[in-house]
Amino acid sequence: MNGLLRGAVRLWPVPVVLLLWELLTRGIEMLSFPPPSQIATSMYTMWLTGPAERLWLTDAALTNIPVSVGRLLSGWVLAGVVGIVLGVALGRSPLLFRFIDPLVQFARAIPPPMLLAFFMALFSIGPRMQISFIAFGIVWPVLINASEGARQVDRQHLDTARVFGLSGGERLFRIILPSAMPKIFAGLRVSLSLALILMVLSELVGSTDGIGFQLLDAQRSYDFSGVWGTIVVLGVLGYVFNSAFLAAERRVLSWHRSAKQTT
Amino acid sequence: MTRHNPLDNRLLCGALGVAGLFCVMEVAGRTGLIDPLVFPLASTVLGRAAALVTDGEFLSDVASTLGAWALGLLFTVALAVPAGFLLGSLPRVESALRPILEFLRPIPSIALIPLALAVFSDRFDMKVLLIVYAATWPVLINTMYGLKDVDPLAKETLRSFGFGKSAVLWRVSLPSTAPFIATGVRLASAIALIVGISAELLGGGAQGIGSYVLESGGNADAVEYIIAAAIWAGVIGMVTNGLFVLAERRIFRWHTARTEVV
Repeated sequence: MNGLLRGAVRLWPVPVVLLLWELLTRGIEMLSFPPPSQIATSMYTMWLTGPAERLWLTDAALTNIPVSVGRLLSGWVLAGVVGIVLGVALGRSPLLFRFIDPLVQFARAIPPPMLLAFFMALFSIGPRMQISFIAFGIVWPVLINASEGARQVDRQHLDTARVFGLSGGERLFRIILPSAMPKIFAGLRVSLSLALILMVLSELVGSTDGIGFQLLDAQRSYDFSGVWGTIVVLGVLGYVFNSAFLAAERRVLSWHRSAKQTT
Repeated sequence: MTRHNPLDNRLLCGALGVAGLFCVMEVAGRTGLIDPLVFPLASTVLGRAAALVTDGEFLSDVASTLGAWALGLLFTVALAVPAGFLLGSLPRVESALRPILEFLRPIPSIALIPLALAVFSDRFDMKVLLIVYAATWPVLINTMYGLKDVDPLAKETLRSFGFGKSAVLWRVSLPSTAPFIATGVRLASAIALIVGISAELLGGGAQGIGSYVLESGGNADAVEYIIAAAIWAGVIGMVTNGLFVLAERRIFRWHTARTEVV
């Protein structure tokens, strides 16, 4: 209770900033800078004025948000699987690494927006294009971190495993993957925040639904409180994803910290 | 003398890998495994990429993108480094602003483009401002993180020798934070390219490699132009990143623990 209270007190600047913002925007009266109260009202009508049996969620909330989150997570999972598999292979095989590394370094240096048009030409507009675009754009941090992590496995652990007669598969799942895990998680986290950016971009350019599309739609109809409201929702999504990821990471990697302490 | 295995040579293997991919793509295109209309022949793409070097329109687009990128990064450093020092050395201000920053940070900068398009009439200004917003975060966070890492003993030593606050800042805090700032700027430079090109794609009408892709999208052989431009964007990304890494290694050779914070 005490901690909760202290947390609430820590947030005192938020109402102060909101109040200043309200006064300022009311003062300048610019169409593109609506006061926060108006943004809140527009967010409420956009998402929370549906029928009661659907928890008051509107059609827009029930279609656009899950669609976007689904694309983001599919792209992220796809990138995670591909990145970990390829990354571990590269990390464990110095020869393969020497062959592929320049290609990887080059591919990850390409700013993903440059490839959006290419993916649109390849798959035409739709979820397939968006998911593959997101996955291609964010796979590199996972891949590179997984390969670093797999390369830096303690030799002694591997030798011990070999002495005890662990098979290749067992070594992979019991030694290599667990010891690469902290690095892989660091990569997955960077990828997750990048996935949100690319999700919005792909929906702004080539989409007929999703949060990014709603953002564009609001801008085209000069509904600036709608634009601001959508930006706020995207910020909240980013915050939720990051916090959820950190919580999951703490749970999954808690053994790692305690294992490190004993050695 | 040990026998020299050619497969130990990084450069040779890397070149073989690149050449191998090129040959696979070329053969797949020529045998019809990949429809050349969907994905043009590797040789066609490479030829197009080479031709772009003498294409004046493309070059001026590249110059415009790089100009916005450089200007944006310059403003970012001028803004984020002092802000990071201010927040890092005034814990009360930092804890007051933290909730605001924690809320602003996860907002994807791309989402601000539709708003910025409405506010700014000049596309170049808009691009620079968006770059500054997006690139500020890694620089700010790395600066604050680096400031926490400053050796307290070194600061105390200087203080006990009678040096003032500004001398401590200038002689201890700044040099020992500099490697972290450099890492932040390197991360920011990649983000700046992403945001700048996205703004060009969505804004249209302006100059830049993003607009170049947009304009060539109408051609029948658009994919060829898109991939060729993407190759050059990759080269730009690689060269800028490489220059930052090189500069970090040269300038901060004394700094042993080059830690990365993302």
